[in-house]
Amino acid sequence: MSGHQGAKRHYETEVLIIGGGVTGTGIMRDLALRGIHSLLIDRQDLNAGASGGNHGLLHSGGRYVAADAETAAECRAESELLKRLAPECIDPCGGLFVAVEGDDPEFAARFPDHCAVAGIPCEEISPTEARKMEPALSEKVYAAYQVPDATVDPFRLTLQNVNHARRLGFGDFLPHMGVEGFDIEGGELKAARCRDLRSGEEVLISARQIVNAGGAWAMNIARLAGCADVNLIYSKGTLIVSNTRLSQRVVNRLRLPGDGDILVPGGTVSLLGTSSVTIEDPDDARPTIAEVDKILAEGAVMMPPLADTRFIRAFSGVRPLLMASGAAEDGRKASRGFSLITHEDQNLSNFVTIAGGKLTTFRLMAEKTGDLVAQRLGNSAPCATHTVPLPTENAVGWTEPGFAARDWYQRADASDMILCECEMTPQSAVDAIVSDAPGSEHHMSLQAIALRSRVGKGACQGAFCAMRVTSHLYDRGIYDSPEGLELMRDFVTERFKGVRPVLWGRQLPQMELAETLHCGLTGLDLLGAKKPGSGRAS
Amino acid sequence: MKRELRRVETGLAIIGAGLAGFAASIFALRRGLDTAQLGHTGAIAYTTGYFDLLGVMDGRVLDEPWAGLDALREAEPAHPFARLGNDEIREAFEIFTDAISDMGIAYSKPGDHNLSALLPSGVAKPTLSVPATMLPGVEAFRTGAKTLIVDFPGLQGFSATEFKVNFAASWPALSVCRIEFPGFEGQQLYPEVLARSLEAPHGREPLAEKIRAVLDGAEYVGLPAVLGMHAPDEVHADMERRIGARLFEIPTIPPAVPGIRLREMFERELPRRGLVLVPQLKVSRSELGADGAVHHLQGPLEDLEISARATLLATGRFLSGGLYADQAGLRETLLGLPVVQPSGRDNWYRRDYLDPRGHQLNRAGLETDAQFRPLDAAGAPVNPRLFAAGAVLAHQDWVRQRCGAGLAIAAAYGAVKAAAEMLNGSA
Repeated sequence: MSGHQGAKRHYETEVLIIGGGVTGTGIMRDLALRGIHSLLIDRQDLNAGASGGNHGLLHSGGRYVAADAETAAECRAESELLKRLAPECIDPCGGLFVAVEGDDPEFAARFPDHCAVAGIPCEEISPTEARKMEPALSEKVYAAYQVPDATVDPFRLTLQNVNHARRLGFGDFLPHMGVEGFDIEGGELKAARCRDLRSGEEVLISARQIVNAGGAWAMNIARLAGCADVNLIYSKGTLIVSNTRLSQRVVNRLRLPGDGDILVPGGTVSLLGTSSVTIEDPDDARPTIAEVDKILAEGAVMMPPLADTRFIRAFSGVRPLLMASGAAEDGRKASRGFSLITHEDQNLSNFVTIAGGKLTTFRLMAEKTGDLVAQRLGNSAPCATHTVPLPTENAVGWTEPGFAARDWYQRADASDMILCECEMTPQSAVDAIVSDAPGSEHHMSLQAIALRSRVGKGACQGAFCAMRVTSHLYDRGIYDSPEGLELMRDFVTERFKGVRPVLWGRQLPQMELAETLHCGLTGLDLLGAKKPGSGRAS
Repeated sequence: MKRELRRVETGLAIIGAGLAGFAASIFALRRGLDTAQLGHTGAIAYTTGYFDLLGVMDGRVLDEPWAGLDALREAEPAHPFARLGNDEIREAFEIFTDAISDMGIAYSKPGDHNLSALLPSGVAKPTLSVPATMLPGVEAFRTGAKTLIVDFPGLQGFSATEFKVNFAASWPALSVCRIEFPGFEGQQLYPEVLARSLEAPHGREPLAEKIRAVLDGAEYVGLPAVLGMHAPDEVHADMERRIGARLFEIPTIPPAVPGIRLREMFERELPRRGLVLVPQLKVSRSELGADGAVHHLQGPLEDLEISARATLLATGRFLSGGLYADQAGLRETLLGLPVVQPSGRDNWYRRDYLDPRGHQLNRAGLETDAQFRPLDAAGAPVNPRLFAAGAVLAHQDWVRQRCGAGLAIAAAYGAVKAAAEMLNGSA
């Protein structure tokens, strides 16, 4: 499972894309559809940054109508496209904007006009009607509007992007590949000097064009190329995940965006968010107890049952916000728009950074980047992502709640054991991911499987399934050394970061049980512990 | 239908049906106390079957638990173990393992050193006493004997290959074989069901035959813990005879057989020895008074009211329901006793899940005095007739310290002793 130190691996590609989020993978697919080969790398794995740390909201644009009409209009157009072209990834559940007693009535009253300016359909409904639609809404709701908000599974979107590119034969993906520098010669980046972060091996990647889609890390990557023209502020957003789905629709508070003012359904659960805290280091974004308590207190004003809801996890993402010159360093006021930075004024002719933006507008960002890269390569094929549907297949469907259960039920194979009982994920799903999902060309860990499925995302948060999947991977020979237990330790340690802030009530006994299983029955806390006397004990 | 009200009077009421509760019943009956045990099953089905005394201190695996206890009393004077001497703890442990061996599940005698017991992950665990059905595994590992590990397709979370790969460096003479469990081919397996299927001798031969066929000179055979439910030692001996090799069990993911065996044995045997046992019902309310306590339970057909001159709480932690946490703090669920706890949720858990220091929340619980009497906020006993034992006690981290059984047994011993002295003095 580990490579050879020192032996330098070398790859060549037309375009190197740095960053396996929804933007980077969107660019990969965009280029593949133009017949341009790309190699996508990520320091971790797909969706490791904001693409995996968001509420999965496909904005109608309603949330931005008051502050940023341009972004709002982009959201509207892109969400309409995606609903048509990637329907498997989307739940067109609709959305409500509600004002609660104490919220500014003038802001509420102006909402329909703002929507009209951005071209967003908006229908006023009575508070009684709104509560009939969403019984968890507060009695104190005094105004409500319906908009075409939807939800999107960002994991599936990313997986489908990569999968489409590789099925077209124009894209490869290398996870755990960190960029350490660039070879610069004659105003061009000739190659990226990288490191395989699992084996420690040095890797050289030569490319004609290099795209920086590093999200919150885009500024760091640009600096490695000597570019000082990417200026980001890091805005941490924290969300909490409930054990059940509390609303059918997206429910937004009708006021300027603030903490705990949006509840987004995500299949069988709901996500409540979001905080906005400016942080110094994008690597240091974990949810805190203070954020969770604040989000929950605010959310309960809009939806009182939230106060007694069981939450199973919290998570944080980092919004990489473009800092316009002179703008205040306030995460909520900074632009949610995106920017294509060509770096030509930095005397580089084959480097581009795509920064800022939103999940909802990722396709448009990929299109603009693809246009530039194609033009620089002398490729005149037009963008096709606004007309070609995003194809799906089994290998990339497992992140959808209920998908594995349906598949398992239809197979009706009693010997196909369920490994993750909370999310009904059977052995066959894990096997399909290991053999065929994007990234399966490389070694698959429990964490990589969890990213491509629902494993560990249910109420037990990995207490049982971590053990079961690990055993299964040993049985399948995917794990063949004690490193398998270390990877299980890494997985449960990572899950814990999100569980820690919501440990009270009914989730706390679950944690107590998990610790008993992971330490008492598996000995994960003793891996590498000093051994007494004979040296036989671990 | 009119609900009946049944009233029971007893000397000592033990609330909780985990290891601490059953240990307390054994000690109380031995002291001749009139004893009733109430409450639904705790976390006993989650045990590996291994009885730890003290296996880890400061992230270090201990070979000598008794010396470890001496060091623990110095380092952690508030730890429940510090309330007792090593001689008392040893006596308690021996009485307990003798008693369960007498009742039908043989356990190894607690010795001077920890044993390296086997976990399904292929990691060894320091423990003091193991069931006779698991002891040959300790020997096989210690001597590095040629051993075949058998697993069954359909039994989740138990992989002979995982076991072998992780033990390989220190135990090269391991081999593995996967065989279909006879009669349960091609389906999901539950250890409890398999164990019951081996109760009758005719259920054993088909499995023994399959293992014999793949033995290939192995001196020992290890398999998941499924060797019978009510008479595991008999099943174990019979299977060894049939297979022609030493045989041992390895713990499985819960709900697991070793704990269910213990619970069923206690429920079967202790009433025969004079215990009034009210299992599977939760005490809904308790009233503490100067002369004792009254405990209320609602059965399916009748209400129960147990008047007890002394009460011992062995209600466990969060999983068993003895403690509850809300966003603001922790509370004891039955009597609202004060809970020693870290200030604020940010201090409950460390940032790193497997921080070797353990989480501060795990050390929260009931503060008690030398007689194991819960204390109020002012540091005085809440009630002279109220005692507590087991995981509900503060200042211990039984999971990380590998001291769960030891804590249950020792604290039950100490609390019952104090309760007996109080009852005999006030009788």
